[in-house]
Amino acid sequence: MPTSRSRRYRSLGTRAVPYAAIAPAAVLFAAFFATPIGFAIYMSLRGVHVKGLGLDPHARVEKWVGTRNYSQALGDSELWHGVLRTLAYGAFLLPVMLGLALLFALLLDSARARLTRFARLAIFLPYAVPVVIASLLWGFLYLPTVSPFQPLFHFLGVPMPDVLSNSTILFSVANVGIWGGTGYNMIVIYTSLTALPADVYEAAKLDGCSEIALAVRVKIPMVAPALVLTGLFSIIATLQVFSEPTTLMPITKTISSTWTPLMKIYNDAFGRNDLYEAAAEAVVVAVMMLVLSFSLLRVVNKRAFGDN
Amino acid sequence: MKSYRRVSAGFAGLTAAALIAGCSSSSSSPSGSSSTAQGSGSAVDLTFWSWVPNMDKIVDVWNASHPGVHVTFSKQAGGDAEAQKVLTSAKAHTMPDIIQAEYQEIPTMVSNNVLADIAKQANAVKGKFTPGIWNLVTLGGDAVYGLPQDSGPMLFFYRKSLFAKYGLAVPKTWDDYAALAAQVKQKAPNAFLGAFPTVDPGEFAGLAQQAGAKWWGTSGSSWSVGLDDATTKKVADFWSGLVQAGRIDAEPAWTPAWNKAMDDGTILSWTAGVWAPGTLSSVAADTKDDWGVAQLPQWDASSVATGNWGGSSMAVTTDSKHKDAAAQFLVWLNTDKAATDLLISQAGVYPADTDAQGRVAAPTFLPSVTDFATIAKTAGDATVPTTWGPDVSTAYAAYNDNVGKAAAGKGSLSDAFVAVQQAVVADMKKAGFTVSGS
Repeated sequence: MPTSRSRRYRSLGTRAVPYAAIAPAAVLFAAFFATPIGFAIYMSLRGVHVKGLGLDPHARVEKWVGTRNYSQALGDSELWHGVLRTLAYGAFLLPVMLGLALLFALLLDSARARLTRFARLAIFLPYAVPVVIASLLWGFLYLPTVSPFQPLFHFLGVPMPDVLSNSTILFSVANVGIWGGTGYNMIVIYTSLTALPADVYEAAKLDGCSEIALAVRVKIPMVAPALVLTGLFSIIATLQVFSEPTTLMPITKTISSTWTPLMKIYNDAFGRNDLYEAAAEAVVVAVMMLVLSFSLLRVVNKRAFGDN
Repeated sequence: MKSYRRVSAGFAGLTAAALIAGCSSSSSSPSGSSSTAQGSGSAVDLTFWSWVPNMDKIVDVWNASHPGVHVTFSKQAGGDAEAQKVLTSAKAHTMPDIIQAEYQEIPTMVSNNVLADIAKQANAVKGKFTPGIWNLVTLGGDAVYGLPQDSGPMLFFYRKSLFAKYGLAVPKTWDDYAALAAQVKQKAPNAFLGAFPTVDPGEFAGLAQQAGAKWWGTSGSSWSVGLDDATTKKVADFWSGLVQAGRIDAEPAWTPAWNKAMDDGTILSWTAGVWAPGTLSSVAADTKDDWGVAQLPQWDASSVATGNWGGSSMAVTTDSKHKDAAAQFLVWLNTDKAATDLLISQAGVYPADTDAQGRVAAPTFLPSVTDFATIAKTAGDATVPTTWGPDVSTAYAAYNDNVGKAAAGKGSLSDAFVAVQQAVVADMKKAGFTVSGS
């Protein structure tokens, strides 16, 4: 008798342990993830209606408007211009940043590399600079009247190029992101490189592989999972670009307050005080990013993670 | 095993301590920090948001002389930043007791049930303010939504030494101004007579107001919106011509590059409100005492008119639990002699209280402009009255986007205003306002 009772007690306690273990995570998930998302979706289905001049304290009434905010968001050309702009921004930034990160990682990993620890630190350092500070820094470098490059151009006798003009602003903003993000991605790829088995290199060298061919034919394919990882994270981060254009906006007239989708959402929510429209736009953008991320993962899944 | 458990226990303890520390120091409550001690045992504790420089010193004077009502001051970044914060916290019902409200934001705030009616205390001091300014805080009705603190009638500030150096005369009319701009380009190719407000809709609003433009108006229960009316287009075309001819600088203001241009004489004049001397002391510190002050160039040489740029009131919010005490503080702050003297000397505001206006001496940054009070009073009396609409922030954002683009060379400024008009009307209609004659 005592044995079976104690066994039942122990199994009940043992059964409860997993739930107790994930309870904090579940509570935090519900409180800070699921509930705000649910509230945003709820807000996106509501709107404000004003009576008369709107100056009476009770003139504003919040009510259900169904899909009106969504049809407005989907039909808003400014939002889609922002999406296209962000895609163009990403199309330039991602290859350059990941290409540079891969190049630096391969260079650091090559046998003849010197001062590797210093180089690693130096390349990683820009990532430690907060994004807003980095944008301010580059803003000062870009503006002809305050840029430290101005004396150099003056010495060469040419006017300093206007990198904040309409034709170059995309590259100028992307440059800030590249400067800040290359180091981080380089570390990830480099770590993956150092984990590669050395006997593969020896086999390749015995086959007469040069350093460059070794990098291209052997190393890159073997770090493909790391590349996919950094690529996916970079895509997700790039499509949400907000801090760099917002910080550069006051110093140039070529960046509008709705330059990227996230800036438009922020402007609608807090500049125009229209939280409902902003919620609908946020849901639209989030769904787009989910679809993009999942399809990307599908495409690269097989190639990168399949039959290793 | 033992050491691992100890390490993980230590780590867990650290995390818990950090969480507790983080939770207890959260700053989501409206009472910000200030250099004065927290209200210890006082009957009433009020929180106050404002961006006026040195306001904390004035609040300290109140706290010292009014032990029963303690005011905690929290400095804000600026007008737009505070307006956004206030509207968001209004939804959460966590507004502070007292806020600074720019005149153009008052209709939006009233519409969002932000401002409490303080007519009971405010009507007693109604006579201290001009009817034009009083109208901005009452919106034409019986309720009083705030107490005017300062006003911003626009004046023409010019670099005395550089005007003398290039032999330029102070322009009396806008035609004079255009001719002067061409003259400046001839004599000093790298300098500009002035800058166009590319990202300052408040400045342009004042210039349009001077010309007689009526951007918003009410008739019955419908609004009329005229951001692209003939007068606005006239003003826009005037500046458009100068920008396109390269005679006026079109770079955005309030940037380090603009500060430098104001400081080193690349920009020779500024059409700004009477609060400009205080701003110039930080923007162009090397130009102390080198700015002359005159009335704005006029459209009609026979009379003097000007517009308003900025100016704000102080208001009590609907969330306040001590509205009477808060209103008393506001009456003291904006009409009491000691308080207004401090506002003039410490905060650099040009007060809206007509008694205090008489006590304004030459600005600290421009000590040789001894008739500053007279010039400012003339401008104040000559300010064309204006009505602000319920979505000024939308209009200003549309201005920044469209006019900024036009100034970058893509279109004419009048077309930009048509786009602004469309954006504002669409926004108002979407919110359910009745817009007449659109």
